[in-house]
Amino acid sequence: MSVNISNLYQELSERVIAARNSGQPLIIKGGGSKQFYGRNVIGDVIDLRACSGIIAYEPTELVITAYAGTRLQEIENALAQHGQMLPFEPPGFGDYATLGGAVACGLSGPGRPYTGSVRDYVLGIKCLTGKGEILTFGGQVMKNVAGYDVSRLMTGALGTLGIILEVSIKVMPRPEYETALTRKTDFNTALTSMNAWAGESLSLSAASYDDGQLNIRLSGKETAVASARKILAMEESGTELDYWSQLREHQLAFFKDTKPLWRLSVPSTTGNMNLAGDWLIDWGGAQRWLKTDEPVDNIHRITEQAGGHATLFRGGDHDGEVFQPLKPALMQLHLRLKQVFDPVWILNRGRMYRDF
Amino acid sequence: MSSVIERLRAILPEEAVISGPESLQVYECDALSAYRTLPRCVVLPADIDQVLAVIRICHAENIPVVARGAGTGLSGGALPVADGVVMSLAKLNRILAIDPDRRLARVQPGVRNLSVSEAAAPYGLFYAPDPSSQIACTIGGNVAENSGGVHCLKYGLTVHNITALKIITIEGELLVIGSEALDTPGFDLLALLTGSEGMLGVVVEVTLKLLPKPVQQQILLAAFDSVDAAGNGVAAIIAAGIIPAGLEMMDNAGIRAVESYIHAGYPVDAAAILLCELDGVQEEVDSSSKEVADILIKSGASEVRMAKDKAEGEKFWAGRKAAFPAVGRIAADYYCMDGTIPRKHIARVLQTINDLSRQYGLGVVNVFHAGDGNLHPLILYDVAVPGELERAEEFGGKILETCVAVGGTITGEHGVGIEKINQMCVQFNAQELILFHDIKHAFDPPGLLNPGKAVPTLKRCAEFGAMHVHAGQLPFPELERF
Ligand SMILES: Cc1cc2nc3c(=O)[nH]c(=O)nc-3n(C[C@H](O)[C@H](O)[C@H](O)COP(=O)(O)OP(=O)(O)OC[C@H]3O[C@@H](n4cnc5c(N)ncnc54)[C@H](O)[C@@H]3O)c2cc1C
Repeated sequence: MSVNISNLYQELSERVIAARNSGQPLIIKGGGSKQFYGRNVIGDVIDLRACSGIIAYEPTELVITAYAGTRLQEIENALAQHGQMLPFEPPGFGDYATLGGAVACGLSGPGRPYTGSVRDYVLGIKCLTGKGEILTFGGQVMKNVAGYDVSRLMTGALGTLGIILEVSIKVMPRPEYETALTRKTDFNTALTSMNAWAGESLSLSAASYDDGQLNIRLSGKETAVASARKILAMEESGTELDYWSQLREHQLAFFKDTKPLWRLSVPSTTGNMNLAGDWLIDWGGAQRWLKTDEPVDNIHRITEQAGGHATLFRGGDHDGEVFQPLKPALMQLHLRLKQVFDPVWILNRGRMYRDF
Repeated sequence: MSSVIERLRAILPEEAVISGPESLQVYECDALSAYRTLPRCVVLPADIDQVLAVIRICHAENIPVVARGAGTGLSGGALPVADGVVMSLAKLNRILAIDPDRRLARVQPGVRNLSVSEAAAPYGLFYAPDPSSQIACTIGGNVAENSGGVHCLKYGLTVHNITALKIITIEGELLVIGSEALDTPGFDLLALLTGSEGMLGVVVEVTLKLLPKPVQQQILLAAFDSVDAAGNGVAAIIAAGIIPAGLEMMDNAGIRAVESYIHAGYPVDAAAILLCELDGVQEEVDSSSKEVADILIKSGASEVRMAKDKAEGEKFWAGRKAAFPAVGRIAADYYCMDGTIPRKHIARVLQTINDLSRQYGLGVVNVFHAGDGNLHPLILYDVAVPGELERAEEFGGKILETCVAVGGTITGEHGVGIEKINQMCVQFNAQELILFHDIKHAFDPPGLLNPGKAVPTLKRCAEFGAMHVHAGQLPFPELERF
C-alpha cells in the first residue's frame, strides 16, 4: 500500500460529512464494473480504487482481509497461490471488479446453491456510514455472535447503508478435482434431475439448463467425483469447464443480446413460468435468466406467484424500479434502517429503490 | 392481579397463563442459572394468532416481552425481565412441512432441533446445525442465538442453514423475511435477525435447509504431548485443503475428567487430543482419513487412532459428548465460556487461560471446537464457597478480553445475553454500540423486546470501566459526563 490509509479514511469521512451537511448525494464506485446493476443514480462520485490492497491473508486461518478497492483478480491470484478460492465465485463483469463492489452487489456465481453466497462468507466489515463514522462489525473469525450481524446486512445492500472500506472473507480450499458433464434433455427432466441430485452426496457444484442441454459440474476429491460420475452416467463435455466461468461472467452467446435481461430468483423446483422469452436456468433451477420484452408488472406478478422475485439486470428502464417491490411493512423497515445508517440519504440514493 | 394478566387471561386458555410465584420459578432463568429473575407472568401461546394477541396487549400496556424456547441458552438470553412477560414458544412445536424436492423444512419455533433431522431422515436428508443441546433446544432459540455445533466447521451455522423466517414485531406486524428462493430483494434481514437474541422480533416460523446425509463417516483420535503440537495439527489439516466435518480438541484436564467418567479409552497422559471427523462418499473418506492421519503424525502426534468400525467411532465421540457432565462430576459448579480466536493463537490463549487459572485459584477444563477456533473453557468453582462465583465470573471476563486482544470475539455461538454484556464494551466502541441500539429501535421503537440484553448502554460501559482506548479513539468523546 503506497497511500496512507488513515489519511485516505480521514478524507473520505470528511467528504461524507460535507455531503451530509449539504445533502449532496454520493455515488460509491469501485472499478465501475457493476455500475449497470440497480437503478440509475446521480451524485458526486466517491472512488474507492485508491483504497486497495490485501491487509492480511493467512491460508491456515481460511480468512482474507482486504481493502474494498482491491481488485477481485488480485485476491483470487493470492488465494490461488495457496490452493484456495472465493467459494461464492463472484462474477467480475469486467477486469476491474473490486472486492467492495462484489460484496455490495451480493452476486454469486454458479456454485451458489452448493457452496453458498457472498454473505455466507462475509465475516467482518469496516464501513463508513452516512453519518461519517467509521465502524467495524464482525471480525476475522469463523464464529462470532457479538452484536447484530451488520456485516451481512451490508452485503448486497448496494452501498445504501454505508461505504464498505475493508472486508474479511472466509475462503475455502480449491477442489482437488473438477469435471463438467452434459446431456441433451427436456426442461422438466432436467429440473427434476437437478433437484434430485442436489439431495444426494454427489459432489455437485453447479447445474444449469441451457439450450436443451443439462449441464453439471462436479467438484471435490478426485475419488468422490469419480464415484459421482459413475452414478450420473452422463457424457463428459470435454474441456468445457470454461462453460461455468463464461456463465458466471455472462460471456455465453445467450447474454450477447440487447433485449432486457431479467434475473429471476425462485424456488428450485418451479416449473415452466408463463413468460415469453429466452431462458437460461442456473443454480440447479433456483436462478433463471430471462431475455424478454414482457411488461415489468407481468414479470413481477408471475415471479411472485412462484414464490420468488425478479430483477431487471441489464437493459430496459433503469430509471424505474428494477427490483421486485417490497411489501409496505417491509419497506417501512428498510426506510427505518436506512435512516439509522444514512440519515440524510446521501449514499447511493435510489440505487436499490426509488424510495431511498 | 394486574390488568395485564387479566387481559392475557381473556385471550388465552386458562393453562396458558402462569402467574403463581411457584410455577413461575421454572422460568426464572435459562441454563446460566447464576442469574435469576421472576417475571410478572409466563404465557404459552399455541399459534400465531395468540402470539399476535399477546404482543398487542404488551405493546399497548408497555410491558416488556422475553421470548423463550427451551431455556437451554448459556448467556441469560431468556432471563426474564422483572414485571415483564415471558412468552414461551414451546407449544408452537409442529413440523409444518418437509419438502424433499426443495430440500426444505418449514417448522414452528418451538420444534426441537434434533426432531428436524429425525423427520428428514427418511428422505436421506438432515438439518446440519447440531448444538450439543440438540435434544432439547428449539429452532426459535437456535435462530435467536445463531447456534452452531460440532459440524458447523463444514456445514455452517444457523445463519447458513435457514432460508426464511416469519416474525412478529412489537408493533404487531407479521413479516415474512426470506423465501424458498435462495435470496430476496432488499436488505439481508434474514442475516440481521439471525443471532439477534429475541431483541428485534418474535420468530413464529422458520424455513430450514436440509442437506443430503453423508454416506460415510470416519473418526480419528490423535494424542499430542503439547497443546502447541495439537494446534499445529489443526492448522496443517486446513492447510492441506481438507475441511473436516468436525475437529475438536480436549486438554489434559478434560481427558482425565472424561476418562474417570465414561472410560472412552482416551490417552490420559496426553497434553491434548484431537478428534477429527471426515465425511462424504466411501472412497473420499478412505483417502482423506489416510491423509489426515499422516498430517497428524507429521505435526507431532504421539499416536493416531482411526476408528475401525462405527462402534469405535461412537466411542471416540462418546467421550467428547460426555465432557460437560464429566466436568460436572469433578466440580460443584462450572462456568462455560465461549470466545472465538484465530486458530493460530490456540496454544497461546490456552496458556494464558492456565495462567489465569492459577491466579484466580480456580481449575479450568478446555473442550472445544478447535477447527473454527471456538473455545469453551469450563471454569470450575463452588457456588457454596463465598466469593468463588464472583471470581469465576471475573476469570471468565478476563478470558473473553484475551480473545478480543488476539483478534477474536467474546462469543462464538452462545450469545451475549446478560452474561457478556460488559465485554461488549471491550469489543465495540461507543459509536458501534449506538448503532446497535438504533437498529433495535428501528425494529422495536418502544424497546420492549428482551430489553437490557445483548447491547450495553453507554452508561453501563462507563461504569464497567472497559472503555479502553479503542482503535485510537477516546472513550465517548461526545459524552461529557455520567
Ligand atoms: C449442555 C448444553 C450444550 C450446549 N451446546 C451448544 C452448542 O454446541 N452450540 C451452541 O450454539 N449452543 C449450545 N448451547 C446453548 C443453547 O442450547 C443454544 O443457545 C440454543 O440455541 C438455545 O435454544 P433454546 O430453545 O433453549 O433457547 P432459549 O434459551 O429459551 O432462548 C435463547 C434466546 O433466544 C430467544 N428466543 C427463543 N425463542 C425465540 C423465538 N421464537 N423468537 C425470538 N427469540 C427467541 C430468547 O429470548 C433468548 O434470547 C448449549 C447449551 C447447553 C445447556
